[in-house]
Amino acid sequence: MSTATVATAARSLPRFGGFSAGMLRLEFRRMLRNRRTVIFTFVMPAVLLLLFGNNASYKTQAVGAGGNVTGAIMVSMAVYGAMLATTSGGAMVSVERAAGWSRQLRLTPLRPLAYIAVKVVLAMSIGLISVVIANLMGAAIGAKLPNLGVWAACAALAWVCALVFAAFGLFMGYLLPSENVMQILGPVLAVLSFAGGLFVPVDQLGHTFATIAKFTPVYGVGALARYPLEHDGNLWLAALNVILWTALFGAGAMWRFRRDTARV
Amino acid sequence: MTLIAPSISTARGSGELAVDLDSVVKRFGSVTAVDGISLQIRPGEVVALLGPNGAGKTTTVDMLLGLSAPTAGHVSVYGRAPHDAVALGLVSAVMQTGGLLKDYTVEETVRLTAVLFGRPTSEIQPALRRAGIADIGNRLVGKCSGGQQQRLRFAMALLPDPELLILDEPTTGMDVAGRHDFWTAIRQDARAGRTVIFATHYLEEADAYADRVVFVRRGQVVADGTAAEVKAMASGRTIRATMDDPNEAALAAIRGVESVEVRGDTVYLHARDTDPIARHLLNNTDARDVEITSRNLEQAFLALTADDSGSER
Repeated sequence: MSTATVATAARSLPRFGGFSAGMLRLEFRRMLRNRRTVIFTFVMPAVLLLLFGNNASYKTQAVGAGGNVTGAIMVSMAVYGAMLATTSGGAMVSVERAAGWSRQLRLTPLRPLAYIAVKVVLAMSIGLISVVIANLMGAAIGAKLPNLGVWAACAALAWVCALVFAAFGLFMGYLLPSENVMQILGPVLAVLSFAGGLFVPVDQLGHTFATIAKFTPVYGVGALARYPLEHDGNLWLAALNVILWTALFGAGAMWRFRRDTARV
Repeated sequence: MTLIAPSISTARGSGELAVDLDSVVKRFGSVTAVDGISLQIRPGEVVALLGPNGAGKTTTVDMLLGLSAPTAGHVSVYGRAPHDAVALGLVSAVMQTGGLLKDYTVEETVRLTAVLFGRPTSEIQPALRRAGIADIGNRLVGKCSGGQQQRLRFAMALLPDPELLILDEPTTGMDVAGRHDFWTAIRQDARAGRTVIFATHYLEEADAYADRVVFVRRGQVVADGTAAEVKAMASGRTIRATMDDPNEAALAAIRGVESVEVRGDTVYLHARDTDPIARHLLNNTDARDVEITSRNLEQAFLALTADDSGSER
């Protein structure tokens, strides 16, 4: 029996519970292979920006100190793109559960938390690409922000705050065992974006609606991302909105995730 | 009808056991899927787990892999909790369905497995070759046939170089050639001393590839023996005949008859040498429609795994 004992002794567990650059690389390549993901997250925000922001009068109408309306729309579209990207990144778990892949992964040393970490990093990576594309498109069609610092701050906030939607995507991915979970989440995100003032400023929606809108998850992200440009609205309320929704979706994702990995 | 092999294959050996199931029970609500299975498997054994659907084979496999925990009893694999053994790569499995992502290529799927187990990437190609899919490495998994996907699962299972390989109905849905290729690969692999447990409903597979056969029915082990012992059990022939008002005691008294079964006016006589019995029946009784068949592993299997409501008792 010495062979078995030797083999046992020589074996070890991977570091970081299996979270590795190699896995990220493979998963990233796979994600980009999904045409739906690419269109949703990279092409659509850019196209919407072209449609809504490429108006001649928007380029002359000032926003903040040295920005224009096209610039403001660009930031909103960057938020929208990041949101779609991170949600679909998180929602990948639903497809993987439906295919029995999650079960297969349980036959490897990959720890459940490392798996979640991989999904979050992936979601945030495509979120970043989406933000960069929106900003490049904006620059190409004449978006103006006061200076490069504001530009960087808006982009960074749009990206970082999209973490809310990575958590949202994960939560929904665990909640909805559907192969095409994004077909459900796409329209939901569109409605939330309207309610959160990404497409139309909430003030134009009437007083009651504007008040309600401030409690919806997209509002906080949009308001925060535009803050360096507009210096408008209540910064702390927006931050609180982002933090609370992240906590809520994160807790929801953890709850479903624990149920999913509980040994029955 | 229960056959338990002599101590050779079931005794606790001096060394470490590959698998040790001790009075394992698994209940799902009011349903008892596994009802007190005790099974010891030593390193190097190739064991077939046979049984009808719902017998508890897959539930047992799930517990061996740490995918589910027993309601009662104890499971250990190479002296460890199943989940730890899996994480260390001591055990790996080829599952029946699922567990693959359509938008990975064959090579990427195996590469990911290598990454997860921390194995060098130089082991990817050999695993693909051993599973016989080196030529389709760039194909998307979604475009692979069922047999190719199964061989991909096999390649993934080989990567951690496991001590114990578990196969759950591994050739379901494969054609004859695919099954042959698959088993050739497994057999070559087992020659190196790997322990293999496979659940199957193809009796010829159990016969051809296992050196120990464990019959499971209703969550219990009803027979456990070497393939040779199972063959011995399945030896002999069965005479089927039609008789008016058959007398079971009189039939059992015929010289050479080992067992009698009466179902209405049909009788089944089992014996090692059936010719004299057939002659006796035709000459001395009203038996007609006489039919002699050799009792194969399939019948042994059916007898062992049949429902209690059957006429076997």
